[in-house]
Amino acid sequence: MARTAQENLKKYSLNSRKINMPLKSTWTSFYTILRKDVVRIFRIWPQTFLPSIVTSVLYFLVFGTIIGSQLGDFNGVSYIHFIIPGLVLLAVVTNAFTNTASTFFQAKFFSRNIDEILVSPTPPWVIIGGFVAGGMVRGILVGLLVLTVSVFFALPPLMHPFVILLFLILSSMIFALAGLVNGIYAKSFDGITIIPTFVLTPLIYLGGVFYSVASLPAIFKGFTLVNPIFYLVNGFRYGFLGFSDVSLSLSISVLLALTAILIAINWYLLRTGLGLKQ
Amino acid sequence: MNEPALTINNLTKTYASGTVALQGVSLTIPAGDFFALLGPNGAGKTTIIGIVTGLVNKTSGDIKVFGDDITTSPEKAKTHIGLVGQEVNFNPFEKPFDIIVNQAGYYGIPRSIAIPRAEKLLKDLGLHEKRDQRAMTLSGGMKRRLMIARALVHEPKFLILDEPTAGVDVELRRSMWEYLKGLTAKGVTILLTTHYLEEAEQLCKHVAIINKGSIVASGTMAEILAMHDDNDPKDGAYRAGKLEEVFIKLTQN
Repeated sequence: MARTAQENLKKYSLNSRKINMPLKSTWTSFYTILRKDVVRIFRIWPQTFLPSIVTSVLYFLVFGTIIGSQLGDFNGVSYIHFIIPGLVLLAVVTNAFTNTASTFFQAKFFSRNIDEILVSPTPPWVIIGGFVAGGMVRGILVGLLVLTVSVFFALPPLMHPFVILLFLILSSMIFALAGLVNGIYAKSFDGITIIPTFVLTPLIYLGGVFYSVASLPAIFKGFTLVNPIFYLVNGFRYGFLGFSDVSLSLSISVLLALTAILIAINWYLLRTGLGLKQ
Repeated sequence: MNEPALTINNLTKTYASGTVALQGVSLTIPAGDFFALLGPNGAGKTTIIGIVTGLVNKTSGDIKVFGDDITTSPEKAKTHIGLVGQEVNFNPFEKPFDIIVNQAGYYGIPRSIAIPRAEKLLKDLGLHEKRDQRAMTLSGGMKRRLMIARALVHEPKFLILDEPTAGVDVELRRSMWEYLKGLTAKGVTILLTTHYLEEAEQLCKHVAIINKGSIVASGTMAEILAMHDDNDPKDGAYRAGKLEEVFIKLTQN
């Protein structure tokens, strides 16, 4: 006979604040949040998949083919090969960020159906995991689609596939986490449009997608070094082309630290209800 | 001894705006009870419900749901509760079937168990024909019933209904009463807030009346009705039901 939620808890509970929900139930909660988001992502595919593909085609055409053909090689590769990793990453980070920010904010602000999760025993770290996994799925899928499109313009080399995979996961996770912070904390619709426009876009364009940091004056180089996108782009570019402006270990260290900070901020916001509860 | 379904001890809430919503509320709801929490608009009913269900942060005080403290064991306490909120709060683009099954998922109930439960609830509440239509297409009464179905899918021991019959026609309201009576007969504890005082009088064993953030009366329905003065209103004006007259006497300034 089917057990109730209380019976599940009675059987598995460790009477601890940290582990009140049995692992199987926790997995079901996580899977429910993720499944719901993935179904939504595919249901509205013209909004979730198409825009980045169209934008990427334009970037490849204008910057890669038309302007790129008039530029010399970058570290021994053509300009279009140089910008492909950055453009794939651009699609990954914007989609991962937008997905969590807009999904959470809409559930909180418009239909208020975030209460469905908040009244349930789903702990904050599972809520974070479910929403971030949804953002990662969208970010990675769109990234792979853009990578597929890039093949029609220039076949990108894949020097270190595992590094590519690692940075694909890290970039989607970091920006899904950042989007979640934005979605939880935003108090109005402006709150989730301002950050992508005035923070995310400048970070992307000044993060070395279209240029090498070696070609910058010292002052701009300093700004670039505090931009997390720079470490993502360089690690990702290393995976494709085998060279980078900074060491791989430094990039990974910076990104792991950023991941930890963003997880902590999300956990704090959900645990205290800051931006969510009165 | 059975743990009470809800124990609230000296609960206070002051919103960031400075509004004092609750001033030392203490309340006990026995297990298996059908309990009415009555009060005028802005008295603090929804704030209490928000705090009990984890949607509003308390300022101070203690709350236990079937013995589980909402501060130290929030996840455990929440498994006991099903909430039908005052406002419609599901995603209007989702289907009723998905809304109910997903809600079960948040409580850790796998789809293999949640799906038959959702089917049964949709049938019991007369929503089965609408199971695959977008929720936005449902009528007001259907939306209310969907919220009840969603709140029951994890089989809670304690159901909280915040004005569930607001805006619902008489026929549907009466069928909802019967459904709720059936739940209490199965042992589910119900906390009901409503502005339809005859509804509370018909359904509830115990009642508490709250005004300006403080409980002004609490007891069995018979005890509260006994507070009624047969000579009221003294000027021979319109006579309401007994509970309504007690309510007005206790909540007027």
